[in-house]
Amino acid sequence: MVANVQAILEEGLAALAATNDPVELENAKARYVGKEGAISALLKQLGALPPEEKKTFGATVNQAKQAFEAALNTRREALAAEKLARQLAAEALDITLPGRGRSAGGLHPVTLVQQRIENLFRSIGFDVADGPEIENDFHNFAALNIPKDHPARAMQDTFYVEGADEPLVLRTHTSPIQVRYMLDNQPPIKIIAPGRVYRVDSDATHSPMFHQMEGLWVDEGVSFADLKSVIVDFLRNFFERDDLQVRFRPSFFPFTEPSAEIDVLGARGWLEVGGCGMVHPNVLKNVGIDAEKYTGFAFGIGLDRFAMLYYGVNDLRLFFDNDLSFLGQFK
Amino acid sequence: MKFSEQWLRSWVNPALSSDELAHLLTMAGLELEENEPAAPAFTSVFVAEVLSTAKHPDADRLNVCSVNVGEAEPIQIVCGAPNVKPGLRVPCARIGAVLPGDFKIKQAKVRGVESFGMLCSGDELGIPDGVDGLLVLPADAPVGTPIRDYLQLDDRLLTLKLTPNRTDCLSIKGIAREVAALTGSTQSAVEIKPVAPQIDAVRSVTLGSPEACPRYAGRVVKGVNQAAPTPDWMKQRLLRSGIRSISAIVDITNYVLLEQGQPMHAFDLAKLEGGVNARFAKPGEKITLLNDKELVLEADMLVIADEVKPVALAGIMGGGHTGVETGTQDIFLESAFFAPGVIAGKARRLGFSSDSSHRFERGIDFGACRDALERATQLVLDICGGQPGPVVETVATLPARLPVALRVSRVAKVLGLALPADEIIAILNKLGLETVLAGDVITVTPPSYRFDIEIEEDLIEEVARVYGYDNVPVSASVAKLSMLPQPGNLRGKHVLKAILAARDYQEAINYAFVEEKWEADLAGNSSPVKLINPIASQMSVMRSTLLGGLINGLKHNLNRRHERARLFEVARVFNGIAADAQPEKIAGLAWGTREAEQWGAGKEKVDFFDVKADIEALLAPRVAKFRRAEHVALHPGRSAEVIVEGKTIGVLGELHPRWVQEYELGSAPILFELDVAALLAVRKQASKPVSKFQPVRRDLALVVDEALPVADLLAAFAKVKSPLITGIELFDVYRGKGVEDGKKSLAFKVLMQDTQKTLTDEEVESVVAELIRRGEGCGATLRA
Repeated sequence: MVANVQAILEEGLAALAATNDPVELENAKARYVGKEGAISALLKQLGALPPEEKKTFGATVNQAKQAFEAALNTRREALAAEKLARQLAAEALDITLPGRGRSAGGLHPVTLVQQRIENLFRSIGFDVADGPEIENDFHNFAALNIPKDHPARAMQDTFYVEGADEPLVLRTHTSPIQVRYMLDNQPPIKIIAPGRVYRVDSDATHSPMFHQMEGLWVDEGVSFADLKSVIVDFLRNFFERDDLQVRFRPSFFPFTEPSAEIDVLGARGWLEVGGCGMVHPNVLKNVGIDAEKYTGFAFGIGLDRFAMLYYGVNDLRLFFDNDLSFLGQFK
Repeated sequence: MKFSEQWLRSWVNPALSSDELAHLLTMAGLELEENEPAAPAFTSVFVAEVLSTAKHPDADRLNVCSVNVGEAEPIQIVCGAPNVKPGLRVPCARIGAVLPGDFKIKQAKVRGVESFGMLCSGDELGIPDGVDGLLVLPADAPVGTPIRDYLQLDDRLLTLKLTPNRTDCLSIKGIAREVAALTGSTQSAVEIKPVAPQIDAVRSVTLGSPEACPRYAGRVVKGVNQAAPTPDWMKQRLLRSGIRSISAIVDITNYVLLEQGQPMHAFDLAKLEGGVNARFAKPGEKITLLNDKELVLEADMLVIADEVKPVALAGIMGGGHTGVETGTQDIFLESAFFAPGVIAGKARRLGFSSDSSHRFERGIDFGACRDALERATQLVLDICGGQPGPVVETVATLPARLPVALRVSRVAKVLGLALPADEIIAILNKLGLETVLAGDVITVTPPSYRFDIEIEEDLIEEVARVYGYDNVPVSASVAKLSMLPQPGNLRGKHVLKAILAARDYQEAINYAFVEEKWEADLAGNSSPVKLINPIASQMSVMRSTLLGGLINGLKHNLNRRHERARLFEVARVFNGIAADAQPEKIAGLAWGTREAEQWGAGKEKVDFFDVKADIEALLAPRVAKFRRAEHVALHPGRSAEVIVEGKTIGVLGELHPRWVQEYELGSAPILFELDVAALLAVRKQASKPVSKFQPVRRDLALVVDEALPVADLLAAFAKVKSPLITGIELFDVYRGKGVEDGKKSLAFKVLMQDTQKTLTDEEVESVVAELIRRGEGCGATLRA
């Protein structure tokens, strides 16, 4: 009898091991431990046995049943795990396929550099000002101490605009923004003025339209030493080089006195990056600011030039071609 | 101002190298633009004399020359130059010489004949003289002298980029004065002595407009040899200053201009009818200038006239008829001062400039006219001979040189550097500025050659630049700490740019001046703002719309085989010339597929609604209304005005098929253009409580006439004033099977929620029924 139990169990375990199909597995369960199953049938024989055998035989059959059920569970889990593994394998993606959906565009390199510079100056309290691009003689020239026929006007070839009693121009620099701001505000004045400017000039290094950014700080006690400090600080932060050599070279602008060109030392020698100076007292007088009480400095840089330096662009005209292959490099 | 370094050093010779001198000038505000050698480097070339020549036995074109190089024995050189002949003095490169281009001279056999060097042409020495053959030296050139010394080839040509205020440095004399001041070196100026008259001949001088010409000095010199050769030293100095030698008399006037800074003019005395008068031109007067330019003079042009006609455009250029030419025997020399304001701008108006006008319009030393005239006279006598008459000089009121007060305390205030009075005075004195100190105030009366010292700051600049800008300390700036205001109801332009960039648009920058046609085509603008002096006809008007630039950008990229483009630009447009007629706009263009071509995505073309979503994103959280628009650039059935809070802020639409064809775009881009100002305003959002109860969703499909705008239906729904409705959104538009022709089915998602309790079916159904009723008011029926 006992040998018979063992034989049935082994046969049952073999049946479990033989199948990979969950349905088969459940069928095997029914064949052995179901109501009519072979092991269940052994238990039914129990009542016919003598009491002394009943106990040991019962225990043997129960052990066989438990062994079968344990094997069944293991087999079930194994099959479930295999099934999951197959599912996961089937669902695997080629994760190297490109991401999908709308791509991102980008900003113009001149804008990116302008934002960078605006952020630097905002961090020390300079506000951003703006103004019109068709300007009158007063804002573009006269208020800036550039009278008619002054040789300084020959330094900037001006676009003139039709249709006015007084001569109108496309602003040749962003200085008229400063003039307008100073007419509307009293010191302390701390602004930067970025914008498009125009000059009659067109070749690989000159564009008839380009971008300038000027800065202005007028207050009591603002000195040439302050000018140097702000400019050096700006240039070192812009180029992220603490050891950047900056020099100030005497120059002439009608609207500043003393005036200086700003040079930085590059790999190929000194490179002019802008102009600056102490605001000319005539300019302050022209806009109704007390030139005795207040002093101030102004500076101007070319944003296109800074963008060229920052990104290593060697042809200014690329900025105005709007070629997506070029612009797409800047994000 | 281009000049020879050696010429300058003959006036002032500081112990500085050429580079150090250049640096000194640059850092004093006289920027050195170029510093080039007068000749390239070469070695071992000497003045030599050709003693004899004999035909080479085996070569017709070669000569075997015996050459005296200043040693006891002549040397033998084989020479192929066509102009070699006995008696010539020429440069000779000895064995071991290295010529430009690293050409080494070795002892050689030329077709079997020994040659111990090379006779040189100008080209071979890198100093082209236009002669085919040997560089022929003057007969008195000392044999054996190194050619570099003899021709002063170790010179450098310096070009200063002078700012308009430093007219005083437009001469050797002026630069020497500046260098002496900066270095403390002594100057050895050319000594100028008055030339005694030998004859009585004069021409009278009248100052017809004494404000415009307050000083005029003239002198007759008779019996000059016009054909006399210009001496080599003068020719060379002129040449190294970029001025071509013309004839001795003209060269002398140019030389004095360069040396003294005084523009001179020489008239042919025989052509002058009577005395001269510096006056403004009379109506209808004409003159033909030395450059053959013929012009009708304008009333504000100052001329030098004789008793009959204008003979020179004062301070700008002489007349052709009265100029010195072959056969001229007697001359009239002019040295005058013309007021800068009178000369300024005239040459530019006439489309040229001259060395003379360049100086007069900036201001020349009115105290030195007489000296220059004496200098020129002496040079004429030395070179061309002749007998001088007396100087006739007429002087009116010269420019005032008012004393300028400089406060020591103001220097400290402006520079941020406290310099003691004696140091400031020392600097000013070095510059030749005389000073008087009284208390805190130093008074300076500027000399006649400085036109740029009128106010205190001008002197501060002089002090600063001589002290050295680099020596002014870089102190950490101190300012009151105050934050920049950040208005909650405004945002910056950069936010708008960032939104579009994130939505696949690339920022473009276009010129503000465009083709006139674009304005007519794309803005219906027949009277755009015009430029008087455009650089090209296709850039002649100021744009009132940004659309043209974007379409042009699209074309540019299509030509470069791009298959898709999203561009935007933020810029001012010009509706007029007034300051408030130049608003900023933001415009965009989308062309090609909705999404970049990619796997697993459709290839639908971008359409009106894609771009509408971009505009909605730009405006969020504000919501725009869209109204059918008529716009010259856009498809009438596929364009809309964008309305925010009752105001039209721009347009959106598909490019009109007419322009798609005309601009050869293949298919239509979607365009928009909006006012930037309207987009910068934002409303600060007040927060609303979020309900803890479950929202309920009901979908509603309504069939309506094709022509019914969705907005009408939404407006009807909005009349249902139930606080339970939290949102109604269209999520599908269906046409086709199950919906009869001429109708469309619109599916809405209705979201409802109460903040206080879970909604009951009854409440929900009652709202839905009300919505359906409102829909029916628009002719809608519930879709079966």
